[in-house]
Order: sequence, then C-alpha cells, then structure tokens
Amino acid sequence: MSLDPLLLSRLQFVWVIAWHILLPAFTVGLASFIAFAEGMHFMTGREVWFRISSFWIKIFSVAFGMGVVSGIVMPFQFGTNWSRFSVATANIISPLLAYEGLIAFFLEAAFLGVLLFGRSLVPRWAHFTAALMVAAGTLFSSFWILSTNSWMQTPAGYEIVDGRFYPKDWIAIVFNPSFPYRLLHTVCGFYISTAFVVVSVGAWLVRRGEFIAEGRQMLATTLTVLMVLVPLQIVIGDQHGLNTGEYQPAKLAAIEARWKTETPTPLTLFAIPDEANATNRYAIDIPLLGSLILTHSLRGAVKGLDDFPRDQWPPVIFPFFAFRIMVGVGLLMLALVVAANLLRRGGRLYRRRGFLRLLELSAPLGFIAVIAGWVTTETGRQPWTVYGLLRTADSVSPSLTGWNVAVSLAGYMLAYLVIFPAGGLVMSRIVRRGPEAMVSEDAAVESGRPRRPVIARPAGRAEAVARPAETGGAP
Amino acid sequence: MIPQGPIDFVPIWTLILGLGVFFYVMLDGFDLGVGILYGFARDTASRNLVMNSIAPIWDGNETWLVLGGVGLFAAFPIAFGIIIPAVYFPILVMLLALIFRGVAFEFRFRDAPNRTGWDHGFCYGSLLATFAQGIVLGAFIQGFRTDGTSFTGSSLDCFTPFSLITGLCLVFGYMLLGAGWLVLKMEGEMQDWARRLGRFAFIGVALAVIVVSIWTPIMDADIRRRWFSWPNIALLSPVPIITAVLAWAEWSALNRRRAEYGPFVAAIGLFVMSYLGIAISLWPMIVPHRYTLWQAASAPSTQAFLLVGTLFLLPVILMYTGWSYWVFRGKVRADIGYH
Repeated sequence: MSLDPLLLSRLQFVWVIAWHILLPAFTVGLASFIAFAEGMHFMTGREVWFRISSFWIKIFSVAFGMGVVSGIVMPFQFGTNWSRFSVATANIISPLLAYEGLIAFFLEAAFLGVLLFGRSLVPRWAHFTAALMVAAGTLFSSFWILSTNSWMQTPAGYEIVDGRFYPKDWIAIVFNPSFPYRLLHTVCGFYISTAFVVVSVGAWLVRRGEFIAEGRQMLATTLTVLMVLVPLQIVIGDQHGLNTGEYQPAKLAAIEARWKTETPTPLTLFAIPDEANATNRYAIDIPLLGSLILTHSLRGAVKGLDDFPRDQWPPVIFPFFAFRIMVGVGLLMLALVVAANLLRRGGRLYRRRGFLRLLELSAPLGFIAVIAGWVTTETGRQPWTVYGLLRTADSVSPSLTGWNVAVSLAGYMLAYLVIFPAGGLVMSRIVRRGPEAMVSEDAAVESGRPRRPVIARPAGRAEAVARPAETGGAP
Repeated sequence: MIPQGPIDFVPIWTLILGLGVFFYVMLDGFDLGVGILYGFARDTASRNLVMNSIAPIWDGNETWLVLGGVGLFAAFPIAFGIIIPAVYFPILVMLLALIFRGVAFEFRFRDAPNRTGWDHGFCYGSLLATFAQGIVLGAFIQGFRTDGTSFTGSSLDCFTPFSLITGLCLVFGYMLLGAGWLVLKMEGEMQDWARRLGRFAFIGVALAVIVVSIWTPIMDADIRRRWFSWPNIALLSPVPIITAVLAWAEWSALNRRRAEYGPFVAAIGLFVMSYLGIAISLWPMIVPHRYTLWQAASAPSTQAFLLVGTLFLLPVILMYTGWSYWVFRGKVRADIGYH
C-alpha cells in the first residue's frame, strides 16, 4: 500500500484542528461569562457570583491550558506540512497570524496567571480587570484567525506575482467579503456552545439540590442570553449563506446538492448525493423553498455544480450532510431554549426534574454544531486552500514522504486520545465537586500584599502548609 | 525579492525576530529547565514548590514560541518554508512533548501526592522538547538541501552527530537557567538543592559548548574564515573572553550562598553570548549557504504593515508581562498556585 503524503497531511490537519476548535468554542464564551460573573460580584458584592466565578475559573484553567498546547501545534502545521502554501501566501496571511499572537495571546497569557492565581495578591478591581483582559484576548484572537480563514475562503486585496500573493490593500485583505459574517457567526456559535455547557451544569446542580442558588443563577443568566443569541444566530447564518452564494457559488451548490441550475430552485431536505452520476437519490425536495431561503426571492436561481468544471467540485457529501447536522442542531437548540424560558416563568423550570435532565444532556449540542459548521465551510472550500487560486494539492510540503506523515499523524492521534479524555475527566471531576463553599473574604487581600510574612519553609514544613489547601480550603 | 520601497525593513525585522527568539529561549528556557530539574525533586512538597514557581508564567513564556514561529513566517517566509519542513520530526517531537508538559500543570494537581504519569510527562516532556529544539538549532547551523524555495532533502537529514551534540548542549543550558530560577525563587534546603543541580548543569554546558565551538569552525569553512581571519580574530576576541568571564561568574555565584540573583543573571549572560556567537557565524544568512535575510524576506508592504502594530504592541506586551511577573515576585509560596 502506498501512503499519500497529501491525503495524510489533510487528515492530520483535520485531526489537530478538529480537537483544537472544541477548546476555543468553549473558552471564548467562558472567558466572557467569567468576566461577567466577576463584574457582577465586584458591583453587587453578592457571594453567589463569587462562587460561580471561582468554580468556572477552575474549569476554564483546564480548558485553556489544553487550548494553548493544542494551539501551538497549529502554526507549525503550516510550516511542516503545508510549506508551499506558506511560501505562496506568507505576504498576506502571516501578519494576520502575527497580530493574533501579538494582540491576543500575550494579553491572555499575562492576565491568565493573575486570574487563576492572583486573587489573594491583587486588589479586587485588578482581578476583575484581568478577567476582562482574558475575555478581550479570546475575542481578539477570534478576530484575527477568522480574518485569516476568511481570506482563504474569499481572497481580496492581493496581486499574484510569480506564483506568490502580494498585498495591495490591507483593509480589503483583513475585511475580506466573508469575514464579517464568519466572525459574527463563529463567535455567536462559540458563545452558544459555552452557554449550553453552563445550562447543563446549572440544571444538574439544581436537580442534585446541593448548590441550588448557584445552579439557578447560572440557568437564569444563560437561558436569557440564549433566548437572544440562538434566534440571532439563525439570522446571521442566513446572511452568511447569502454571502457564500455570492462569493463561493460552488460551495453553496455542494451544500445544497444542486447539480444543475434550476429556476426556481427547490430545497432538498434530505438525499443521498451521488457524485459519480451528479444526481440525488432518495431526495425529499420542497419546491420554491431553495430560491426563497438562498436568494430571498421566489424566482432566484442557485447555480448548480454543472456550471463549474468537474475538477473544481467540492466533495459534495461532506458539506451537504454537515450543513444539515448543523441546521438540525440549531433548530433543536431553539426549541429547547424557548421551552426552558417558558418554564422559567413562575419558577416551574426548577421543579421539572425530567426537563432539567434534558437540559443536562444539552452540553454537547454547541460543539456538534461548531464542528459540523466547520466541516461545511472547510470541505466546501475544496479543492482549494485559497479559493479559486491555490489548490490543496499544490500546497503540501514537497519533501514529505507518506511514512513521514503517517508517523506524525499516529503521534498526534495517540497524544490527543490521551490528553482530551483526560482533560474531560479532570473537568467533570471539578463539576462533580461543585462550587465549593468559600467566601470572598478569605480570598481577597485588598492591599495586594500577602497576609502572612513570607517565611522560609524547609521541605518538611512546606508539606504541612500545603496540605490544608489541597483538601479544598480557601487559599 | 530585493526591497523596492524607500525604507529597508529587513534590519529592523532581523532585530525584532532576533529579540523575539531570544526572549523565547530565555523565558521558556528557564521554565523548560525547571521542568527537567523537576524530575530530581524528592518529595511531593518540593515537587509542588518547583511546579508552582512557574505555574503562573509558563503560558506567557510559551507564547514567545508562537511569536518566533509566526515571526519567521511573517518576516522571512522563504526561510520558514525551507527550515520547518526540514526539521519535521524534531518539530513533531517538540510539539508533542510540549503538549504533555503543558497539560501536566493542570492534570497533576488533581492527584498531587502520588507520582503519576503526569509527573513523568512534565519532566520528560520538558526534556524532549528541549532536546528537539537543540536538534533544530544544530540542523539550522549545518544548513539544508534546497531547490528554489523548497527543501528537497529527507526528513531524517536533521539527525546528525553535530545536531545531537547541540541538543545536549541546550538540555544542559536550559537546566542551568532553570537552576538559576529556582535559586531565585527558593530558600533554605531547596535552594541548596538547586545550586547543586546548577553546578552539575554548568559542567555539562561548559563541556558541550567547548565541543560545539571547536566542531563548528572545523565543519564549516565560511564560519572558520569569519572567526579566524585577520582582523576578525582580533575584533571578535571579546566574545570568547566575555564568555569565559561570565562562566567564571556563574560558577562562583552557584557556590556562594549569598548570591541569589547571580546564577540566573550569569546564565542569561552565557545565553546572550552563545546566541551572539551563532549570529556572528551565520550573518547575513537566514538559510545557511543559500538565502540571505534580504533574499528570504517578505514583501516590503507586509513588513511595513506588521511593523506599525509591532512597534506599538511590543512595549505594551513587555509592560504587562512585567506586571504579571511583579505580582508573583519573591519567593514561591506553598499557598499560591495549583492545589
């Protein structure tokens, strides 16, 4: 059997980014939630916010650590496996990635230490500021990485000289046509993913009956936010789809499995796309709806794949099904959120154990939608790395052999299969312990100085000092 | 590819990237070194202290690695496109090792009293990541087989006797930095322990640096001419002399009870001199024997666009990074950190 370095490199990229994307999908929203909880505690002084914040900070620190180490892998993938892509596009995308590092990563990293460990070392406002800075860092990071990704989808502001891209207009590059939609759609999706995790944990705390105040507060806040975000996300997604139809028509055709241009266009709810014969099997079509949704008019035409050369077709089956999973999960979320908010009136929600149980199961929904959406947009971009301009096949490092990449892929698979389940276990253990009964008085030292003089601790005594802390007391 | 604009940005980008990589080597150097030394700690309490001495700052330190990688990509993309695939396996090992080492901070403290797989992951992860970086350094000095803008050799070319020696060199070097950090952050018995490990690392580093310094000019005629032709031999003589003085200062600081900052500062000094030595040997090449900094540079417009933000952001970054170090200043306390 011969190993194809191109195919294996693609699989490797899929593997490392699919796992990695789960972490920002969680931490971007969670950083904002923590900043909100810190802010509420700072402003209202209510202890429940302090316990909620401290609880989620612990979970955040695990997820963020995993996000950092799996994220460092990413820029190196460009060099190790995609060196021809890197040399061709460096003039355009490298500053965007560099700005992500300069603006976002350093901000997050520097303030994260204070957020995690500094509560007893800095005044309360400084701790709140640290939470805000970490949240801002995650959003800046999203901005730049999605600008980079969007430029690969809808390149703009460039010229090509000797097979390499050169910048002509930086504003056009950064704010390329699909960027505003992708940024809003993705960040909104990340917030929703986090909110469903918080909802799930909150529901569990209420049902368990041990930390009811914290659980109720988590539910009340996130369900309110979701009531806004989920419908908003559907509107943004619709706008994003119009943008795709305009700038990446072949992708839209693949998402909807439209083989021929038809006016008006039906909407295929379900089918088994048959790429070899360019047709759909077992299709359930609704007439006119395709035109209505995809062009916002009853007569609009959606370009079919037969308008494009065969060697420029995306692998239809991936965007087609991934998109349907994403939309299906989105509608399920909408139903859940509407039902939960109706039940909240009069506090019925907190007594309905069956419904709470259902909410507990909702934690993975956001992640499924994020992964499905990402598969839709990235496989829909194929066979290009830079849409319409640079083929994936011409992007891979020429020096790599099949076994080189097979070894590295096996290494990444093994490592992630150890790390991610372990991280999940650690986080679920924190959840099971619940928000511990600590009060902010113990933790806050207003002067920013240690309470006790720092004394020399021989090894034996340090153990004695460390013990009470390990059993869960406040530092 | 020769800049057409009115301003030549290459020297300033060389300086920025050089500083960025040096910050990485210095900062992640000491915390990778602390990770290696962690393997020598005897009991749970000292392991907790050692790990907590870097827990609040390791993440920031590792961010400089991203900056180094992306900075090379941004300022000298042709070098990035040749060097990174050429060191495919060392990069792979480094990244995997950094993953295990990084998550160990979080995972270990759920079961701190026992020496679990995460303890080993932290120590061996730090060791392997360092060794892999040393191999990258050795392979970089030796140069790569290229055709146009692509690396054409095999992914195993980078494993040579020379690169294995530079790998060892970096392991001892980071251990020395790590020991200096621990002397700074520890007291009493723990500090004595760090001094002992520091002396051990120093001897290793001294031997390895001597071997590399003799081997490099023998191996590479360009580098030999750079250092030993007249008048260079006279002009460059301060480099080995200052290095020798710093080495003496390091050794005596490690042996003097009262010198708390000395071991760390002198170790940084030794890294500065080694770094300078490599820069002098290779200047002005970024892909040795093949591409100069100017030939490998990105478009002037790219360099200008990134420079505007960088000149503003770097001082800000240094400021708040400094602040976070300031918050966690002084001796490490058992009650701050993971538990």
